[in-house]
Amino acid sequence: MTALNSKIPPGPLEKKWENFKKTAPLISPTNKRKFNIVVIGSGLAGASAAATLAQEGYQVDCFSFHDSPRRAHSIAAQGGINAAKNYQNDGDSVWRLFYDTLKGGDFRSREANVYRLAEVSLHIIDQCVAQGVPFAREYGGQLANRSFGGAQVSRTFYARGQTGQQLLLGAYGSLSHQIGAGRLRMHTHSEMLDLVVINGHAKGVIIRHLLTGAILRYAADAVVLATGGYSNVYYLSTNARGSNATAIWRSYKRGALFANPCYTQIHPTCIPVAGDYQSKLTLMSESLRNDGRIWVPKKKGDQRLPHQIPQQERDYYLERKYPAYGNLAPRDIASRSAKEVCDQGRGVGPSGLGVYLDFEDSITRLGKKVIEERYGNLFEMYENITGENAYEHPMRIFPALHYTMGGLWVDYHLMSNLPGLYVLGEANFSDHGANRLGASALMQGLADGYFILPYTLGSYLCTQFETKPSIDLPEFEQAQEAVLATTSRLLEVRGSLSAHYFHRELGKILWEHCGMTRSEKSLQEALSEIPKLRERFWKEINVPGSNDSFNKSLEYAGRVADFLELGELLARDALHRRESCGGHFRTEYQRPDGEALRNDELFSCVQAWQYQGEASEPTLLQEPLCYEFVQPGMRNYK
Amino acid sequence: MKSSLNSSSLGQTRAERKLLSFTLRIWRQENSHSPGFFEQLDAKDIPAEASFLEMLDIINDRLIEEKKIPIAFDSDCREGICGTCSMVINGIPQGPGRGAACQVYMRSFSPGSTITIEPYRVKAFPILKDLVVDRSAYDRLIQAGGFISEHTGGAADAATILISKKTADAAMDAAACIGCGACAAACPNSSAMLFVGAKVTHLSLLPQGQPERSERVFSMVHAMDGEGFGNCSNYYACEAICPANISASVIATLNREFIKASITL
Repeated sequence: MTALNSKIPPGPLEKKWENFKKTAPLISPTNKRKFNIVVIGSGLAGASAAATLAQEGYQVDCFSFHDSPRRAHSIAAQGGINAAKNYQNDGDSVWRLFYDTLKGGDFRSREANVYRLAEVSLHIIDQCVAQGVPFAREYGGQLANRSFGGAQVSRTFYARGQTGQQLLLGAYGSLSHQIGAGRLRMHTHSEMLDLVVINGHAKGVIIRHLLTGAILRYAADAVVLATGGYSNVYYLSTNARGSNATAIWRSYKRGALFANPCYTQIHPTCIPVAGDYQSKLTLMSESLRNDGRIWVPKKKGDQRLPHQIPQQERDYYLERKYPAYGNLAPRDIASRSAKEVCDQGRGVGPSGLGVYLDFEDSITRLGKKVIEERYGNLFEMYENITGENAYEHPMRIFPALHYTMGGLWVDYHLMSNLPGLYVLGEANFSDHGANRLGASALMQGLADGYFILPYTLGSYLCTQFETKPSIDLPEFEQAQEAVLATTSRLLEVRGSLSAHYFHRELGKILWEHCGMTRSEKSLQEALSEIPKLRERFWKEINVPGSNDSFNKSLEYAGRVADFLELGELLARDALHRRESCGGHFRTEYQRPDGEALRNDELFSCVQAWQYQGEASEPTLLQEPLCYEFVQPGMRNYK
Repeated sequence: MKSSLNSSSLGQTRAERKLLSFTLRIWRQENSHSPGFFEQLDAKDIPAEASFLEMLDIINDRLIEEKKIPIAFDSDCREGICGTCSMVINGIPQGPGRGAACQVYMRSFSPGSTITIEPYRVKAFPILKDLVVDRSAYDRLIQAGGFISEHTGGAADAATILISKKTADAAMDAAACIGCGACAAACPNSSAMLFVGAKVTHLSLLPQGQPERSERVFSMVHAMDGEGFGNCSNYYACEAICPANISASVIATLNREFIKASITL
């Protein structure tokens, strides 16, 4: 197995990023305008990167499959964004945010990356406030903070339950500023369907214009993927319907390494599934766990209404098992605990797959008005969906797929193993290890786009003055033809089943065999079932319409085809990681108390997979994780 | 609220699947150049708990299985926040009740009723296919000045700007706009003034928005006229249907800001 070079700068932890910035090559303003940068995605990472690079003078083309850059799924993030500002004077610091994030990730991320993230978090809040993001304020006018899972300080900044929306609209404002000024070309309704690699370097993309069906070539000096995560491989997730893995998956098939695909996060507080017609689950922000208490009846199969169950017959299991963190235990732990009580037959609601999140005590303590101010929109959303009033009855929640920590492998520069290909935000694997803490996704997306890529891009571009890629090169021709071949193939099957059907079946396999808990047996099962389903897909799918028109069924079928391949890699990675860590829980590897049992000797590493063609299994490369500054401990939230 | 408490599943001990049937009268149009028409479709055996868009998903799957062309409609987050939804249900942009179309549930329709579904009818939002319209005009309004020209890096520490809670809350109320375009679709004049007013209000309330205050309102209003949106004549239909609860008072703010800018600029 080849070792991977993470290019982490030498020196003490707190000096690495500073030293890097001091010595990183700069591109002069007159040279910046000679470089074309393609940015795929317009969420927090993509919009912030595109706007910042355009503002610096690069030629930027930004692509989004949506009708507007403001639709990116970052918009749906609710709870908040972490930053080590210590405005609350409660003992926070860059070190603590770094340590909490590393520990939350179960010591499966790089020290240097995570430390940099914690450092940069300070600037993000400054930047966003300057843009006019209306963060929540105290009566004295200061910025307000709330607590989040996995932390004992209040470091989360928020804008009601719509923090992602406000941060994205801030970045969208910057993006719009650059578009309006003619410094950035925005391409909406444009989906990346292939990466063009020339002499081993990423030098362009193939885009399908979704309204006309035109397959277009775009050359670039560097390609930036900020296309989000792949939770939708599970079919049911909290991701938006359009969220997909196509850009990263097709880049993987062009040689980019896919790291830790098995690190998936299952969010503990989602609205339970109501029926199999459902294709999307709704998240209730983790911030609710600040004031809500999670419980189930002590007795199995207790059919009484929640208010009929007296206190002494309720099991506040998180408070019982994790007294120090209580209801704010990290997401992976809270999710598995919910599964555990439901497996014991103590789940609530029509399906038995649910637990209560109860605000009665907080309403008594703080009054309904305060709770309404803090979470009003979430309570309203809950009532919309379930028809239940959570001020009067406890909410019912259940875990659902929410975030993927895995993604394309990147080094400290956020560059993949393919020179010229940068991967930002959820699309990369870099900062959250085996589990992400709440309010850290927004932080990472904006850190990558505003403050990291603009500094690291120069190191690559300064070597690229002589290479000007042209769209007439055979590599472009070949990639364009490959895209056309795939879309034609999808249209030619003319079977009888919708892409929806295959997506749903894939989701069932993964949730059942590779979900909250996994075992060698279940994973083997997944590895045998997925290829069979894929084979059926290519024989039985029906994609109506044509290639040269606005065809949503065709877009969706292409994404499902990619999920059918990615799902297999996910299961393969999970099988190979013979330990439990963070969101990856193998039933064979647990401590006597049921907590995840890591194996640092064998698996303190990044597993990065390299595509070897359709007929062969991918090869595994490892990047050892070295802990120089922190001693990885067994996570303990008790 | 899009729903009533009648069909609550609280205390329900096992899944009782109630099925409902409807008739859909739905707008079909192949592309921006071709004429459109209403097509009648049966929506049989729809689970009572399904959302409106889940009902359309079910219908589309059936159409695909029957080798017919599914209905093109826009949706993404299905949580009412992304603003991608853009349909008119029974004459109401984004459907009955508060919230976006994805927050409409089938339980709010009488079983057996006929439901009319059509795209927004706004000149500045041309129809692309079936229920999908082109709302890029709203992006261009923001590009005209709906932002603070803050360059990345170099911002002062966030704690140096104090904003009263009242002001921050009012700015947030206006900033909550999801950019779905329902305001223009509901307005008899196809006015975009709720949308523009929301952005102008959000930014003019905040100290960070002051330096560009006058230029912003000027350029946004001119862009709005240029796109072919009409003027506000106080129908308040926009406020009545806004999925993000934006108050029509932002239009008053917009007018005030515009007049102030006209005097001072």
